[in-house]
Amino acid sequence: MTLLTLDGATVRFGERAVVDAVDLGVAEHEVVCVLGPSGSGKSTLLRVVAGLQALSAGRVLLGGADQAAVPPHRRGVGLMFQDHQLFPHRDVGGNVAFGLRVRGVRRGSCEQRVAGLLDLVGLPGAQRRAVSSLSGGEQQRVALARALAPQPRLLMLDEPLGQLDRGLRERLAVELRSLFSRLGTTVLAVTHDQGEAFALADRVVVMQDGRIAQAGSPLEVWQRPASEFVARFLGFENVVPATVSATAAATPWGPVPVPAGSPQGEQRVLVRPAGVLLGGDGLACVVTARTFRGTHVTLTLEPESGPALEAECDLAGAPEPGARVTARFDPAEVVVVPAG
Amino acid sequence: MDLARREVAGTGPKAGGAGPSLVRLGLMAVPLAFFGLFFAYPVAAIVGRGLRTDTGWQFGRIGEVVTRPDIADVLWFTTWQAVASTALTLVLALPAAYVFARLDFPGRQVLRAVVTVPFVLPTVVVGSAFLALVGRGGLLDELWGVRLDTTVWAILLAHVFFNYAVVVRTVGGLWAQLDPRQEEAARVLGAGRFAAWRRVTLPALAPAVGAATLMVFLFTFSSFGVVLILGGPAYATLEVEVYRQTAQLLDLPTAAVLTLVQFAAVGAILALHAWTLRRRERALKLVDPSRTAVRPHGAGQWALLGGVLLTVAVLIVAPLAVLVERSFDAPGGYGLAFYRALQDAAATGTFVVAPLEAVGNSLQYALAATAIALAIGGLAAAALARRAGPFLRGFDALLMLPLGVSAVTVGFGFLITLDEPPLDLRTSWILVPLAQALVGVPFVVRTMLPVLRAVDERLREAAAVLGAPPLRVWREVDLPLVRRAVLIAAGFAFAVSLGEFGATVFIARADRPTLPVAVARLLGRAGELNYGQAMALSTILMLVCAVSLLLLERLRSDKTSGEF
Repeated sequence: MTLLTLDGATVRFGERAVVDAVDLGVAEHEVVCVLGPSGSGKSTLLRVVAGLQALSAGRVLLGGADQAAVPPHRRGVGLMFQDHQLFPHRDVGGNVAFGLRVRGVRRGSCEQRVAGLLDLVGLPGAQRRAVSSLSGGEQQRVALARALAPQPRLLMLDEPLGQLDRGLRERLAVELRSLFSRLGTTVLAVTHDQGEAFALADRVVVMQDGRIAQAGSPLEVWQRPASEFVARFLGFENVVPATVSATAAATPWGPVPVPAGSPQGEQRVLVRPAGVLLGGDGLACVVTARTFRGTHVTLTLEPESGPALEAECDLAGAPEPGARVTARFDPAEVVVVPAG
Repeated sequence: MDLARREVAGTGPKAGGAGPSLVRLGLMAVPLAFFGLFFAYPVAAIVGRGLRTDTGWQFGRIGEVVTRPDIADVLWFTTWQAVASTALTLVLALPAAYVFARLDFPGRQVLRAVVTVPFVLPTVVVGSAFLALVGRGGLLDELWGVRLDTTVWAILLAHVFFNYAVVVRTVGGLWAQLDPRQEEAARVLGAGRFAAWRRVTLPALAPAVGAATLMVFLFTFSSFGVVLILGGPAYATLEVEVYRQTAQLLDLPTAAVLTLVQFAAVGAILALHAWTLRRRERALKLVDPSRTAVRPHGAGQWALLGGVLLTVAVLIVAPLAVLVERSFDAPGGYGLAFYRALQDAAATGTFVVAPLEAVGNSLQYALAATAIALAIGGLAAAALARRAGPFLRGFDALLMLPLGVSAVTVGFGFLITLDEPPLDLRTSWILVPLAQALVGVPFVVRTMLPVLRAVDERLREAAAVLGAPPLRVWREVDLPLVRRAVLIAAGFAFAVSLGEFGATVFIARADRPTLPVAVARLLGRAGELNYGQAMALSTILMLVCAVSLLLLERLRSDKTSGEF
């Protein structure tokens, strides 16, 4: 059943539409992650659902009920702010208990619940600690416990892992994912980090300038970006205009083989770095840079025609910068992307 | 980040709630009514009475009065002494701002409290303290036969004494929070020590220096008690002249014109001040002040520290010490003779009651005035806390007006306007606290506003999303965060109410004088006993102020200090 429905949701600041006619549904127990660069309107989307930002047009429905006249404190949603916004004048326990106290939960059951939640987020016994004494990761856990405490029907997370360092981020993403599936929480998260989105979400929604550019499972989005924007936002650099006919595309790099059944005519072609093969009879290139990536090496190639190419190759035998190489394209790693 | 902020700032009306501007206007109604009734109305009445005759408004009088040679002299003196006082204050206090902000030395906290004492001292006490130091029979007179009380120097030095803390606190408070790493970044980029200071620190400080300069100019331009006591017949500021014209010469038209002139000048200064304040709101990278101070090292820093300590000793500690010394220096040797005389109404014939009763009167009045100022100022600050449109910004400046508009005019205005039903307050004790609250409100607003504005809107939003209705949000988020600021505001309002002189001198009843009024009356009489009693009473007043300040100092941290 659909818990949250956005129906043509639009927010204008002056002339500019920050959220532009967004239609989005989130089913119960689903984890949806909105992915987009900063300024794409994703935080505003969360504020709209929380009731902190009024809509210029469209509707927000929670459990089928229009929320237009419902103030934030009666919507029963949770929002974890980007910088946590823990109350500085309350200790950890006071922060987590806040949502329970304002709902009139008795002290005894309040304390019990706070203790349980702190256990859940991995900070057992931290009730009396001052908020200022917490590290970034600990603050994030307290903010999560605080948001979970009133058992919101929808939990929203704004850049949940954004301010943490990389190791912690990866670990917490895994922890959050298993926590949400255990609790059956419905989650709407926003992030600019694709890794975070793919690790957390059942479904990913990519936003561009206030509009939805693509929605689908992480795998779908990764394998078949719906536009050049999505492809580039996911970090793919090898995108060029192309004219597709049958299983070949004419590109600035020369002919590139494409999978059977690809859309025909004026399109864009994306070649994943792993699909750029070195050696044999192909496009003549000069290696201009080489970046060590741990398990492999990323090469930047300057072809004799067309824009720079990114290629992935094994550690062993990777050519030096300045070396002359040839490049071929593997159709399995080529995607035809609609123009625009 | 920048974008996110703008989005928050641009947040429209909350879903489901009435427009916040309506709530804001509601909060504003009480302060507006208060200022209308007890400030605008009395002042307008005085001006009207001066400029209006049976044949209509006489605006020609304005030109006539300001071109009179004696009035032109007053205008000229008011302006140049304010400029000179401000410049002298800056020269002496800016090094101190640096020393208190950036150098860590034993006794720094105590010393910072000491330099703030003069600011909350009643002008009358400042006047008598300087009289005791440089006046006839004063310490310098006894030691070297030097008297400054007939020269302008006494006024200038008293003004420095009075305003030293304004510069030290406003500039030093910001200086302490500037991230030293910014200057270090400039040094690494190749700037010399001075160039780094000039290009990084100075621009960051400039708005604070500008604001402090304008505040000092405002206080010295409208100076009353200090000039009245130290100026003698030779020197008069506009405010003193208004008092003379009103109370002694009964020349209301001239007083009205002078009030208008001062009103215009103060309005201009406040407009400038509001402008610099807005510039100050530009984001600076601020850090915890306790992290920026270092132990002095190098001859230059030690010399600076020594110079500042010497200035504080000579300029601030000495006058206060001499004041206390004089209060014990009775004809029969050191003792409590002057203090004992305060208990006796008949001792001098100056009072219908014992001068010591003024202590009780003052405390009662000041407490009432503090309560009024907190209520009015608190409401105004709450209304102004959210980002305001041009209308409310104007209101912000309006709240500052009582600091600069002739208190004498306000006092006299009270007498002629609040004397008929339904507002016949002439015989009511509330009249004095009402006038004192007028000067207390700006301090309350200025102390609470920055703290309220610093409360992150998203903290309130976090509370709302967690299920707290608007009033609960205010109680759970705003109130705990501003509690300290409220106490500090109360302390300031109490201190300035205690010291208010210009308005109180008109409206305090003869049998219920306040401390400053009693001191002024004693100083106005000849005779050693009167002089000694004035010193004793000033000492008591100073102690009351200093104690309330020290209590404040315990509550204050520079982070939440607001403007003063």
